[in-house]
Amino acid sequence: MQLIEASALQPFLFTLTSEFRLMDSLNLPSILSPDLGLLFWMLIAFLVVFGLLAKFGFPVITSMVEERKKFIDESLTNARVTNEKLATLKAESEKILKEAHEQQAVILREAKTTGDKIIADAQRKAHEEGAKILEDAKLQIQAERERALQDIRGVVSQLSIAISEKVMRQNLATTEAHEDYINTLLDEIQPSKD
Amino acid sequence: MIRYLKWILVVGLVAMISLSAKASGSSHEDGKIDVKSIVLGHMSDGYDWHITTYEGHHISIPLLVIVKGENSGWNVFSSSKVTHGDTYNGFYINETNGKIYEKLADGSSVRPLDISITKNVVQLWIVVALMLTIFLSAARWYKKNVATQQAPKGFFGVVEMMVMMVHDDIIRPSVGEKQYKKFAPYLLTCFFFIFISNLLGLIPIFPGGANLTGNITITFFLAFCTLLAINLFGNKEYWKEIFWPPVPVFLKCPLPIMPLVEMLGIISRPFSLMVRLFANIMGGHAAILSFTCVIFIAFTIGIGIGSALTPVSLVLMIFMNCLECLVAFIQAYVFTMLSAVFIGMAHPEPHHH
Repeated sequence: MQLIEASALQPFLFTLTSEFRLMDSLNLPSILSPDLGLLFWMLIAFLVVFGLLAKFGFPVITSMVEERKKFIDESLTNARVTNEKLATLKAESEKILKEAHEQQAVILREAKTTGDKIIADAQRKAHEEGAKILEDAKLQIQAERERALQDIRGVVSQLSIAISEKVMRQNLATTEAHEDYINTLLDEIQPSKD
Repeated sequence: MIRYLKWILVVGLVAMISLSAKASGSSHEDGKIDVKSIVLGHMSDGYDWHITTYEGHHISIPLLVIVKGENSGWNVFSSSKVTHGDTYNGFYINETNGKIYEKLADGSSVRPLDISITKNVVQLWIVVALMLTIFLSAARWYKKNVATQQAPKGFFGVVEMMVMMVHDDIIRPSVGEKQYKKFAPYLLTCFFFIFISNLLGLIPIFPGGANLTGNITITFFLAFCTLLAINLFGNKEYWKEIFWPPVPVFLKCPLPIMPLVEMLGIISRPFSLMVRLFANIMGGHAAILSFTCVIFIAFTIGIGIGSALTPVSLVLMIFMNCLECLVAFIQAYVFTMLSAVFIGMAHPEPHHH
């Protein structure tokens, strides 16, 4: 197998051989003189190792490591974004809470004013009602007094008539004329009605 | 951690003993120690995998020799047939440079076409097998597990860390955001090939020990691959800057001075990569081996000096090994980074004057 490979390379090797023979004739220590056989094997060995590793070795390793690196970078970015989102959410919730507090204060204030107003209204109404009742009572009292006065006047006029009759029984011819006269007198006596 | 350190120490000691044994095996019969040949011998490629020499017997793993001779055609035989100065089918190992030569009928020797499975080739395939095992099993982990759910732990965690370190710290910024994906597999392969080879090179016994990245052929190949990666994928602007760089016209019109300089740059950049890696690794190996040889040289002078110098040499060797572990990583890093930078420079953004 190796022989076949070698014979395929034969023309190439022979051209090189003449060069190397020249090198050999210089009689350098073997370490300094290039060796065709070693070069030949080095070519094959290096091509084998390079071919296999370039296809199945290094790219697999580097691409996987880069993939992992990308994944880690992405994870970090995601974490940052999530943190930022969390912070925004927190700020938002705080804002909502603050607004709620404000609203609560507003509502409380409104409730207080409304309550105050209701109380004030009620007081006012009660006041008005009281005043009205008082007025009515006054009117009624007035009316009652008038009626009482009327009654008293009636009684007084009757009494007066009776008294007058008794006083001047003989002087008074007609009852009716006397009655009118007494009423006139009473009107004059009575203090002015309002 | 303490327990691991203990093991590291034990392994280190065993390594040094084996190195010492190797070095002692290379000493000449007259008692003189040829440091140069020992050091070069340990850093060079070989047809067999020498383990140690025990009482004059070489203990080594024979490997496969594949050569095509001028008249005998393809020959495949065990290296044990030629390593002890024997000749097999007309093939023998030249002592001066350690390569196989063929003796022809007229008495002249020629270098045959040689694609033997040498020590470095075996080491090469060990590195390849290790890399395939490590990275394909790591890749299988990612296929089995959901990547977005968990990260790998333990060994695969280390693999991921290393791969992503190279990928994110070297390749992506150096090549440029736009096209780094296309070049990442090549540069990653490069990095781990060099890194694992460097580390295995520091282990003195069997699964490692061959001086792979300290071999000019290997670094030449890697640098050549980088040259191809730079120039085959360079964009229009890159070629424009080479053949018609933004410099005063007299520097490029009658005599293409700047284009020539730029073209020199095409070659010199990969060349510097090749030499830098090779020289660093070879130098490190040479230093460690030399410190080991100091022990034996000192003992040939006298037992007193030998015993006195051994601890010094040991400390220096341990220091050099630690340093080399660092260098193993740094050189892989530098090679990959410069390759990435050069590839990135081949994709310039068009200038708008």
